[in-house]
Parts: sequence; C-alpha cells; structure tokens
Amino acid sequence: MHADLSLTVDGRRHELTVDTRTTVLDALREHLDITSAKKGCDHGQCGACTVLLDGRRTLSCLSLAVAHDGSEVTTADGLGADGELHPLQEAFLAHDAYQCGYCTPGQICSAVGMLEEAAAGHPSVVTPDLSADLTAGVDLDRTEIAERMSGNLCRCGAYAHIVDAVDEVAHREVAR
Amino acid sequence: MTLTPHAMGTAVPRPEGPEKVRGRAPYAFEHPAAEPLYLFPVQAAIARGRVTAIDTSAADALDGVVLVLTPETAPRLSDAIDPDHGVLQSAQVHQHGQYVAAVVATTSETAREAAELVRVTYAQEPHVAALDEDSPELYGPDTLVTGAPSDDTRGDPDAALAQAAVTVRATYRTSMEHHQPMEPHTTVAVWEGGRLVVHEATQAVSWTRQTLAGAFGLAEDDVDVVAPHVGGGFGSKGGTHPNTVLTALVARAVPGRTVKYALTRQQMFDLVGYRPATIQHVALGADADGRLTAITHDVVEQSSRIQEFVEPTAAFSRGMYEADTRRTSHRVAPLDIGVPTYMRAPGEAPGSFGAECAMDELAVALGVDPIELRVRNEPEVDPEEGLPYSSRNLVACLRRGAELFDWSRRDPTPRSRLVDGWWHGSGVAAATFPVVRFPGSEARVRAARNGVAGNGSGAPRYVVEIAASDIGQGAWAALTAIAADALDVPVERIDLAIGDTAFGSASPAGGSSGTTSWGAAITEAAERFRDKYGDDPDDGDAADATTPDNPWAGEYAMHAYGAHFAEVAVHADTGEIRVPRMLGVFAAGRIVNPLTARSQFLGGMTMGLSAALHEESVLDDRFGHVVNRDLAGYHIATCADVGRMDVEWLDEDDPYVNPMGSKGIGEIGIVGAAAAIANAAHHATGVRVRSLPITLDAFL
Repeated sequence: MHADLSLTVDGRRHELTVDTRTTVLDALREHLDITSAKKGCDHGQCGACTVLLDGRRTLSCLSLAVAHDGSEVTTADGLGADGELHPLQEAFLAHDAYQCGYCTPGQICSAVGMLEEAAAGHPSVVTPDLSADLTAGVDLDRTEIAERMSGNLCRCGAYAHIVDAVDEVAHREVAR
Repeated sequence: MTLTPHAMGTAVPRPEGPEKVRGRAPYAFEHPAAEPLYLFPVQAAIARGRVTAIDTSAADALDGVVLVLTPETAPRLSDAIDPDHGVLQSAQVHQHGQYVAAVVATTSETAREAAELVRVTYAQEPHVAALDEDSPELYGPDTLVTGAPSDDTRGDPDAALAQAAVTVRATYRTSMEHHQPMEPHTTVAVWEGGRLVVHEATQAVSWTRQTLAGAFGLAEDDVDVVAPHVGGGFGSKGGTHPNTVLTALVARAVPGRTVKYALTRQQMFDLVGYRPATIQHVALGADADGRLTAITHDVVEQSSRIQEFVEPTAAFSRGMYEADTRRTSHRVAPLDIGVPTYMRAPGEAPGSFGAECAMDELAVALGVDPIELRVRNEPEVDPEEGLPYSSRNLVACLRRGAELFDWSRRDPTPRSRLVDGWWHGSGVAAATFPVVRFPGSEARVRAARNGVAGNGSGAPRYVVEIAASDIGQGAWAALTAIAADALDVPVERIDLAIGDTAFGSASPAGGSSGTTSWGAAITEAAERFRDKYGDDPDDGDAADATTPDNPWAGEYAMHAYGAHFAEVAVHADTGEIRVPRMLGVFAAGRIVNPLTARSQFLGGMTMGLSAALHEESVLDDRFGHVVNRDLAGYHIATCADVGRMDVEWLDEDDPYVNPMGSKGIGEIGIVGAAAAIANAAHHATGVRVRSLPITLDAFL
C-alpha cells in the first residue's frame, strides 16, 4: 500500500509517494537522497537517525513517513544558517567530539533538541530538585548533559569530548 | 630516514570534519545509484545440519521481487576460498544465522517481506555452542592468529611456583564481545561488463578486493573497492565476511544493476565476527621482595569449527614482566557458531584482564604497592625475544599517573572509604601494544600545478594517493601531516586521496599499524620524489614507493606502553558500580596529531570501560545464537556511563620504529582498562571480581 505525502526537509518541500511501511529515515535516505541522518540500528536503540521533526528531536527510524505528512524535518545538514556551520557543529570540530562521524549528525541534532528542552524547563532523571521552579530553564552541568545525551550511542567512545562540546555551547548560550 | 616534524605534533584538523558534522561525508550505503535493488537474506534457524528444501514460491510471487537466490540457483564461486565465504554454495549449515537464501527487490520493505515468506526445511544435526573447558574436543592449535606459537615455556614454572615465597593462582573469564560499529557492515555492488565495483564499509579496501577477486575468479584489477569514509570498525571490518560475498554474488545474477545490502543490527551479531570468550588460568610466583619467579597463563577459548581463529590471549604475559620461568598456552574449543575475528587489541585486551588483575592480587598478597610491584619486575631486555627495547617507558607512565592520580595518598586497605553510601576505591593496571608494520602499501606522490610547467602556477600542490582507510582513527589528518613533513611543505598544499583500490594495494586500518605502514610508504615516495624532482617540480611529476622494511626489525623490541588508573564507586546497598574517573598515561613514540590522538586513547579507554561493565554476548547453546542480539540487549557504554576521563602522553623519542617516530595508538587505550577498573572495585569493596563484565550482583 502506498501513500502520497509531503515533507519539508531542511527548508525545502518535497512531494513523494511511499510504501506505508516506509520510515521517515528511509524516506529521507532512499527516496529523497538526503543522507545526513544515519541508519545505525533501525530500531530506536542507537540515536544515529535523530532529526528535528517539527522542532523536537525524534528517532526517524521509529517514525512512519505516512504519519508525518506535511511535517518539517531538520537534519544536521540543515541546522546552520546560510550554509554556515551551527555553533554545535563548530564545537564538535573544535573538541574533536567524534571519530568515525557516523553517529555525529544524530548527536548534533539531539544536542540542539536537548538544549531547547532544558531551556524550556524539562527535567531529567538527574535533575536534583524537581519541585524547584524550572521555567527559567535547567542548569546543565556535565552530569545533566551526559544523561540527556545518552540516547545517542557512540561506539568510537567520543562521549567525554561530546560533553565538552555541548557544555561549551550550552554555557555560551546561557551567557548570551 | 627520520622526518623532521613541522605539521606532525600539531593539531591538524580532520579535513573531512566539516562534511562529517553536516552528515555529508558519504558512507558505503549512501553511494548514489540509479534504481538500486535491495537485498535481504534468509538465515539458518539451526546451528548445524543441512537444508533439505527451500520453497520460494510465495516470495517469488510478491510484486517487486526481482530474484530469490538459493544454494541451488546461486552462481558458483571459486573453491579456493575460506569456508566462511562459500555463501549459498552448498546445503550444509554450520552456524545459526548463516545465509541460506537471499531476496532482491526494488524496495527494502519488499525484500524484507519476501525474505519472511521463504520456507526452509532442515535436517538438523547435533551441535556444540557452549564454551566448556572440559570438552573432549579441546585442542592445541599450532599458532595464534598473529602467527606466534600457541604455547611457549621457559624454564620450569611449576617447580618455581612450588618453591615461591608468595603465589597467586586464579581463574579469570572474559565474555564474547561484538564490535558493533555504528555504521553497519554494508556492501553496494554492481557488475559492469566483467568488472565488479563495490562500495564497502571496510578497514581494508585491498583485502576486500583480494577476497572478492579470489571468490569470483577475477584478476584483482577487475575489482574496484571504494571506502572513503567508514563508520567505525574496531576489527570487524578488517577481514571480509559472508555479507560482502553474498552481495557481490547476488549482483552477479543481475548484471548492470546496483545491489545494496546493509546488515540489520541483529545480523551484526551473527555474521561479521566477534571477540571470543576466554577462560584464563593465571599463576604468579614471587620471592619475598616481590620479584617474579614464575608466570603461567594458560587459556581456554572458543573458536569456530569451520574456520580457526586463535585469540592471542596469553601473548600479553610473554613480554610484560621479567620472570625466571614462564609458561603461556592456548587451548581452543571448536564451536558450531560464527567465526571470531580481530577486535580492538585482540589478545592484549582480554589477556591483560587476567594478567593485570593477577598482578594486583599479588601486590595485595605481598603487601606491596601495585605500582612498586610492577617497577620491581621491569625487564632490562624483552623477555620474549631477548632484544633490547627501542624504547620502553612503562615505569615513567606509572610514575606520572601516580602523580596525577594522587596515588601516594591512597590507603591500600580495601573497603575503607564509604562516602554517601558509596564504597570508593582506586586501581591501576599496565598496558602494552606492539609496533606493527605490514608490508605492501603503495604510495604515490604527484605534483599538481594546473597543467602549468615550472613554477608559473605558484607553489606546487601535491596529490598523495594511498589505499588507506579512515574508520575514524584520523588517517585523513595524520597522513596529510606526514606527507606535508615528508615533502617539507605546509599541510595546505597536500591533497590526500585514500580509501580506493584505484590507488593500488595497501594494508588495513588494523593492528594499530596504519600510521606506521602507510606513513613509511608515503615518506619513501616523497623522498624519491624530492630526489628526482627537487622542490620545484613540473605538473604531473610523480614518484611512488611501497612500504619499506624496517632496518631495525630484529635488532630491537618495539612496543608502546601505558598505565591506566581508575576510580570506582560501588553503591553499598544496590551494588551499582560507577567509574567517576579514568586516567590513561601513554608512551607511544611521537604523537602525530594531538587532536585526534587524544580521541583514539579516549575511545580505547571508553571501550575498555564498556567491556569492564557492560559487554557480554550471551550464547544460547540450545540453538547456537546470541540471544541479546541488539543494542537494547547488548549494552555498550553510553554518555552517562562515562565520568571524568583524563589522557596524557609522555614525550618519547624513538628513532627505530619508523620515519615518524610514532607507535600505534588505536588499541593500547583498551588494554588494561578493564583490569584497572576491576582492581579499583576490589579496593573499593574488598570483593575480587574475576570475570567480565563486572555487574552489581558481584557486590551483593
């Protein structure tokens, strides 16, 4: 069974016809040749396919394309303004927060989504005081960052550098 | 020759970095193809026996299915291949999950659905899929996978143990582990005329080409293998596995069409190798001063019945410490499971767990500081080969680490520090990895002046080609820096090209050998180039070279060394174990690129932490398969598992190893890391855990 739908990816609108079993990830990679989001496990266990779907970090391998007709998808390739790198991408380069690079676009999309969640006051399991007023945002120490980034596996083991990179951007954004 | 470092030693950014953080750097599956076909396999549901019938009618009838291949219909391969590579060549089944049929369809969804519809009938035979050290099938192999002898005995260690003032005898176990690089093993294959073109997730484009040429009876020149970017490997993408042969075989049946196959994460536990489980009997004897009089390290480990792979587990104990007598041995249990392969520091990683935990146990038994015990047993010359060391700075690593870790303030009493409900402790272990140089990498240097002769185009650029692989270790950046220094130009004037058999033959990204093997070839090619053309070449001037032999081989023993320190916290009530801090200090020759080298060491240490606390592939011996065959069941370290990680290296000037003065750094970071954590866990709790992974039940 097939369905027609439209997706706006990194600011560009696409019309496509897909098998109703097709995931957002496969729609991007196999139908639109947009391969920034990676397939690591196709199972929602590794995070390599993370994109921003209507603004929220989402595992695109667990999302059926047909259920997201009209949605806006942002991949790592669409994060920067005017072809520039996003500050998180710059920080990943500066801290060498990757090795093979396969999990990296997902890590970066996840970090963008995570910073917004924290700014909006979403707590995590390591947030110390859940009764506090978090509407001004959660202070992201290294423990918070590591916890909130743990849905994105990195087999090269760049975690310590990933936390460095996210930490730098998180506190730069707070200072701004 | 020895290079003068300019670019080497500076933080050269990865040239591919901006493309990687955008997701634009192409991995194998992303190679563009017009109307590709998708492969999905049918896997054996038994561990041993024969396929008696395959009914493909329902699959054939599905709209979009192009082909269903079975052992009866598949094209024939050459006989002169590894047993593991003979995919769809016979009805025999030698492991659960073996390919028994393959579907090709116009979409991945259809291929997968059709594969489910294929009905396979088997005649099952009894199998063995449990590692049992009392198995009557155990045998002594001739050699380890490295080519070294399986067994080695010096003197009479049993007599020395009987007379030793202090002895430690213990059995250590390490688990079957799977590499699980984030990019799955992937092949994109097309036959064009009589030629085979493959985009492959591989650490070794040349080895892949060699295997495929052999399997299909082709000249190597008729096979192209391309892999500019590879999403991790850790050894599993070193050798060629059945998936690559299968994809090329299926593509042969549909000439001119591109066939794509990426393993599912579950299939990654079946068919692309693993680190075998080991059982290690270790005995250490020492005199009252802590001088070792005997080391025995006797190993029983698993392999596959159809194809031998002998993990060189006890090799670590052959050269690490001085001892009057010594025995190392390996016995192998042939199981009806997939074939093991190299996984990051094969041998050293599991072997160092047994050996370095035993040293800690001996230190406790003697009442000697574990660092001091290692210092007392530092050899003058390499105990295995009897050669002087090109450089050996283990003691300096231990001393520097002790300083950074505040070791002198450590109370050695186990179970003596309880903070907020957590028992805290610290531990140390030593690490080593040999300097490996593979022969046969071809490098080519060519001047590029936009077709303008002489210096009319300004300073020349240099195209440097070599079929090296970057699986994340940083070859793009490191080889650019080496080429720049070898040509005595800034890195901006180097255009490196790697990952393609169009550039000739090259050894793999494996054995921590890449920088040595490829760098020596590039240095030699650059030297010939400059001898011939000087520093003002014409457009197109070129020179090539193959990795030269090391003139110092056989004169010196060449190894990198390191020291791991770990702080461990174990929850007093739940047994939960955390590692708030790890420190690695390494002596590995010249560090070519401090930016990417730090990531290599960190990556090894993080994988060591992962092996220490998480990784265990659980074989169900009733069926012969790994039951926890996905990333929810097979745990690897996540971001939240990693605490403070410090890495430091010593300046080490070694003129003997290679022109760069560098030793390999890809593997030493994992060696000893798990032992340091286990030793710290003992210090924290008084509980000695002798098997990996260390889980909370050990402390309850």
